[in-house]
Amino acid sequence: MVEELLVTARYNAKVDPSLAIWSWEIPVYLFLGGLTAGIMCFAAYAVLAHKAADMPFTHDRFALWAPVVLSVGMTALFLDLEHKLYIFRFYTSFEPASPMSWGAWILVLVYPLMVLQTFSTLRRGYPALAGWIERLPFGPEVLNLSEKFRRPVAALVIPMAVSLGIYTGVLLSAFSARPFWNTGLLGPLFLVSGLSTAAALALIGVRLDREKHFFTRTDITLIGIELTLIALLIINLSTGAAQQLEAVNLILGGEYTVPFWLWFVLPGLLVPVVLETFELRGIRSSSLATSLLVLYGGFMLRYLTVELGQISTWTDYAIQFDPQLLLRLTH
Amino acid sequence: MINYAMVIDTTACIGCGDCVVACKNENHVPAGLNRDWVVEETRGEYPHLYTEFRSERCNHCGHATCVTNCPTGASHYWKDTNIVLVASEKCTGCKACIAACPYDARLIMHPQGYIDKCTFCHHRLEQGLDPACVSTCPTGCMYFGIMNDPDSHVSRLLRSRIHKTLLPETGNIPNVYYLV
Repeated sequence: MVEELLVTARYNAKVDPSLAIWSWEIPVYLFLGGLTAGIMCFAAYAVLAHKAADMPFTHDRFALWAPVVLSVGMTALFLDLEHKLYIFRFYTSFEPASPMSWGAWILVLVYPLMVLQTFSTLRRGYPALAGWIERLPFGPEVLNLSEKFRRPVAALVIPMAVSLGIYTGVLLSAFSARPFWNTGLLGPLFLVSGLSTAAALALIGVRLDREKHFFTRTDITLIGIELTLIALLIINLSTGAAQQLEAVNLILGGEYTVPFWLWFVLPGLLVPVVLETFELRGIRSSSLATSLLVLYGGFMLRYLTVELGQISTWTDYAIQFDPQLLLRLTH
Repeated sequence: MINYAMVIDTTACIGCGDCVVACKNENHVPAGLNRDWVVEETRGEYPHLYTEFRSERCNHCGHATCVTNCPTGASHYWKDTNIVLVASEKCTGCKACIAACPYDARLIMHPQGYIDKCTFCHHRLEQGLDPACVSTCPTGCMYFGIMNDPDSHVSRLLRSRIHKTLLPETGNIPNVYYLV
């Protein structure tokens, strides 16, 4: 028998009794960051593959959603900071060993590319918005420039968006102190999930059958890869050392089994992949509902991963100081 | 590089918690927050029980994952030592260091929001004093010194006594030693 208990008080907010430093803000950011990466990739692909006729939505209207989605995500990220006024400190140094520092600088590179990519679509995709920009000083010149360099920008967007998507996973996997996160599979898993959620978002906007077919087919493949990566992640953790076994047990019979399988894998991956397969075979269902399920699954993946990493730990004292006891002193 | 270490004799510690109070007084740690704490660990089956008291804090790791994961350089090694500090004016409160610490030794300073932790009382070291917890310990079971000096008290203790560190398997190279 081993019993560890705290003799003195230790109840640091968000650290004790178990880590709860990251609430909804970080999962929202990781989800929207991945979604942005996916949107940018598909929009760039449509340009590079000359799909103006086959994929008009992706070619001319999809890119605008990347800055919108990422800005919402960045707002969530800002809300999470405890020392908000010092946010500029991300940009007064580059720390090569810190994935978060890489992320901060990747975002700096992604934003201008994303804006150029979006501007190049406005005249065809959103003429009203383009008209408004053209009335601004240098507006027409910027739009002309973005259209002139549309292909080279698209070619640069792909590696930058892939970096963005992967980094959202590496951010967590770099923490060796949190066994559930400490697997190299989170990077690819979050990237593929980001692409899949972007395909689902596109399906809400596309009207052309050819384009709809492309995204449905692509999303089925992506969800298939995602399920494979989740299986590999579970194999990886369940063949690991004691800390990793303890971490994976949280979803294999432990307290997160029901949330993981019943609230994430089933409605967020399995149900939509079945509905999309039916869709391809001509059995129509609500494609909006399918898309929303995929988006929900993408968020749940981030939410549960962030939770599971914080719960899986090296340090666990059996008996914690209970601050409620202090209240008794006042009575 | 100077490698500072703390050595705590668990066979002499009585778990009084004076180290915790001394730290709060010395470093003005706000109510409800703690840079150090005392753990009582009991092993075995009755009547063959073994209990040890451990005063725990940041391990000022030789390979500090909180330093490597900090995106702004706020978490850093003090001068050319293994003492890990947080520069509050560089800290964004992103909490990556908290996630990176396997000992959960960091805290969010209230109400300011920057991240705080044990400093091995480096301000006292500059005056030639021991950390507050070590100076205060009524049983004299805590020692502080330089590991790379073979004649220091801590080096001699670690040469002559059986000792352990917490979670060395994390690879963080902790520098708080417990004599058992």
